Amino acid sequence: MSLLLVGILVLAVGTFSLRLAGPLMRSRFELPERAQQVLAAAAVVLLAALVATAALTDGSGHAGIARPAGVLVGGVLAWRRAPFVLVVVAAAATAAGLRLLGVP
Amino acid sequence: MRSIWRTSGLALDRGLARDIALVCLADGIVGLSYGAISVGGGLQLWVPVVLSILVFAGASQFLFVGIVAAGGSPIAATIAGLLVNTRHVAFGLAISEVIGNGWRRLPGSHLMTDENVAFALGQEELARKRAAYWACGIGIFVSWNVGVVIGALAGSVITDTDVFGLDAAFPAVLLALVLPAVRDRSTRTAALVGAGAALVATPFLPAGLPVLFALVGLLFYRPAAKPSPELVG
Repeated sequence: MSLLLVGILVLAVGTFSLRLAGPLMRSRFELPERAQQVLAAAAVVLLAALVATAALTDGSGHAGIARPAGVLVGGVLAWRRAPFVLVVVAAAATAAGLRLLGVP
Repeated sequence: MRSIWRTSGLALDRGLARDIALVCLADGIVGLSYGAISVGGGLQLWVPVVLSILVFAGASQFLFVGIVAAGGSPIAATIAGLLVNTRHVAFGLAISEVIGNGWRRLPGSHLMTDENVAFALGQEELARKRAAYWACGIGIFVSWNVGVVIGALAGSVITDTDVFGLDAAFPAVLLALVLPAVRDRSTRTAALVGAGAALVATPFLPAGLPVLFALVGLLFYRPAAKPSPELVG
């Protein structure tokens, strides 16, 4: 078996274990309401950090202008409670349009 | 499976189904580019395809094939991929009730992505959370893997989805889905502090760790003090 295949299998088993860990732990004991609220907040904090890093960074550098501008347009539309479809299309169109104009 | 579909049929209204379908479509296009980039980078066809089915976590897959295609060690690629996927532990703790009990935890865990977790968090009642989680998870699993196979077969058709602005669409999707949750002031403070911490840490930490570092934002979180049922009577 090649090292590449072993790497893929380890990543697959490891990732599945990480995903299953939460549900398995939660089924062992009942958590108080406050702890459940903290866990929900933790998921929101992680998603917010994903938004920030995906919007503003690329590798360990910054993401240029077109991508953050697109995310900003989508974010403002979402905040104004625009339909989800409009949020997604406007974010993509803004970034694509700016790149077409030569903005990095 | 039947009870899941029954729940979905009741709780998945047309608007939510359309939003989920849009995210699945976008994921499918990114899957196309991932398949094409992998094969274009010199990897055999089975590598991106097997990764997609067995690992099913986009960011770690891009990282894995990027490191291996650049001549890096598969061991380094595996460790990097696992680091990026550690956030799933926190997701699983937060939404285990949404996934359900018994055998459902096995497929339900494998289907866990940023997108369906965010969709589930964005719903009010448990039935809608469940419907959104499972429909989005299954939808992305199908569209992503189909996209990857087509991309890998077609090779260099689409390698740069940035041209379509999809790199901006994905953060916008997650942002739109978490906005209802951050209308709560305490959650918002924690999210902003955490996002700032992740950004500051990005130049210094390997991929995956800056997002985990964001959990320091929880120091600023105070659970809402709900009146106990006895007092409400």
